Amino acid sequence: MSHNSDQPDLRRRDFIGKTVLAAGAASIAPGVMLTMANAGSDEGVSSKVRWGMLIDTNKCADGCSACVAACNQENGIDLIERPAGQSDAMWDAQRPQWVRKVKLKDNLTGEITNLPMMCQHCEHPPCVDVCPTGASFKRADGLVLVDRHTCIGCRYCMMACPYKARSFIHQDVASQRTGTPRGKGCVESCTLCVQRLDAGDQTTACQDACNREGHQAILFGDLKNPDSEIARALKAYHSRQIRADLELNTGVRYTNI
Amino acid sequence: MKKMQYRELYCSSPRYWGGLAFLLFIILVGMGAAFFMEHNGHFVTGMSNQIVWGLPHVFAIFLIVAASGALNVASIGSVFGGPMYKPLGRFSGLLSIGLLAGGLVVLLLDLGRPDRLIVAMTTYNFKSIFAWNIILYTGFFTIVGLYLWAMMDRKFAQYKRPIGFAAFFWRLALTTGTGSIFGFLVAREAYDAAIMAPMFIIMSFSYGLAFFIITLMAAYWWADRTIGELRLAKLKNLLGVFVGAVLYFALVYHLTNLYVTQHHGVERFILLDGGIYTSLFWIGQVVIGGIIPLFLLYSPAFGHSRLALAVASLMVLVGGFFQVYVIVIGGQAFPMNLFPGKEVLESSFFDGVVAAYTPSLAEALLGIAGVAVAMTLVAIGARMLRVLPESLEDPAEGDCA
Repeated sequence: MSHNSDQPDLRRRDFIGKTVLAAGAASIAPGVMLTMANAGSDEGVSSKVRWGMLIDTNKCADGCSACVAACNQENGIDLIERPAGQSDAMWDAQRPQWVRKVKLKDNLTGEITNLPMMCQHCEHPPCVDVCPTGASFKRADGLVLVDRHTCIGCRYCMMACPYKARSFIHQDVASQRTGTPRGKGCVESCTLCVQRLDAGDQTTACQDACNREGHQAILFGDLKNPDSEIARALKAYHSRQIRADLELNTGVRYTNI
Repeated sequence: MKKMQYRELYCSSPRYWGGLAFLLFIILVGMGAAFFMEHNGHFVTGMSNQIVWGLPHVFAIFLIVAASGALNVASIGSVFGGPMYKPLGRFSGLLSIGLLAGGLVVLLLDLGRPDRLIVAMTTYNFKSIFAWNIILYTGFFTIVGLYLWAMMDRKFAQYKRPIGFAAFFWRLALTTGTGSIFGFLVAREAYDAAIMAPMFIIMSFSYGLAFFIITLMAAYWWADRTIGELRLAKLKNLLGVFVGAVLYFALVYHLTNLYVTQHHGVERFILLDGGIYTSLFWIGQVVIGGIIPLFLLYSPAFGHSRLALAVASLMVLVGGFFQVYVIVIGGQAFPMNLFPGKEVLESSFFDGVVAAYTPSLAEALLGIAGVAVAMTLVAIGARMLRVLPESLEDPAEGDCA
């Protein structure tokens, strides 16, 4: 060293600076680590999966509504009480229906088709596009859901849905199931039993019910996994989307209609 | 040349306060109706999962569309330099603010969760036309407020033109947004047409001017002031053009739909066998809202009749209300065609059948209260601000007021 100094090489300022830096890093690092770890768990689901459904209308039995009953029970829809003084017609028009049975007849051939109709979990959902607050959203794994904390009940999504899949809660909700929260004045629709999927289960209530009845018309699974039963079935058989002209790339597909 | 004097709207106290008390009573009843619907839930209304937007939306959209049109008189005065319209600009701005506020109150109180207004104001999905509209509505209040200020305060007179331009373009954007709420709904056959946006703009011209004429005549009658013949004749001719244009757009809209085989069903429904909607279309929209007003406005027999002008304006409003009703409710009542080429034999969710809707009293009271909110704001505004000229006598020969 050319200059004379009784100070150590590391000057006081440098020392203080580096100490503060080290202390800061030591205290922030765990936080950053936690945040990063948490970001992972926040995601929760991965876009490597896309949940979907294949419905074989040939197997869907006329007069059977086991899927509807199972859905109502699984999602607490059967807990909704009819308000006093509501007419039969209005109860039918106002009560929520996540899945419904539809019976069709071909105008030309007279062929009869039965099928369950519900939220089609589009890749490009119109309900998500129109929602002013972003309460309607599509999860990474393809589920189209409603955030009941930000839904303002404007019903624009119901206007936009080409499948009439959504229901508005018209009355007070006395009791509900913890997995499927619900509130007066918000909109809801089929979640593909998200509470089951998030608990690690891989079937939906409607599918289980259909299988129990011995019809096996509903196949549920991961569309993106080439080895899944549903992916193999979709590859092997001709299926179609309802209102394919809108190019929404639905997650629910039908065969034999 | 006589200088234009603006003065607050004074009339005898009982007449003013009596009128105001009447309006406030209607608003109170409407608030009660809104509370009743929110407290019980929408099951007490005629709305359902099939008809999701009911009578309150008809009122709200009607008022919002009219609001942007009511600003036209100011725009003609300061943007396009029409001297006869200039003295009317201030009142036009006030009326447009009032109508928009009335419409928005109804829209808000018909939400499933009106208590979440703050969510709607702070959480945006910018792909949603509804979200744009929330910004367009709040912006409209600000811009028209500034415009009103520039028109009223001499110190800011130089900003009148630029703000007037801004307000004009903003109002076009606002009505485009309102029309696009329907125009962009691909799911339903009655909507899904880009013509919806320009059609809503022309509707706004017509309804807004009709509102303007009626409130102007009412205000001058209230305060015993005079309106000149020439000025009314100008407004009258303009209204005639707008009413004709609305009919033309309705014609083009239906002709376009009729050309597309896929839309024959919905056209048949509205034009031929849709029951109440067919009646509302032909009798309400076309005859009451179009043909009779055109006759009253253009027939030489009513050349100088103020009553004819007032009646024509009122009929334009009634017909316009029916037009919005047919668009909003009729468009939803017609079933969506999920399965082309197939007939729906059974469905618990009303697939393939025309949805029923009977508006409840509460819905109507809420909607009417929205109109009362608009009129109350105008009555209070005109009483407190110098928006109306002392006299609207025609300018002398060669003069431009």
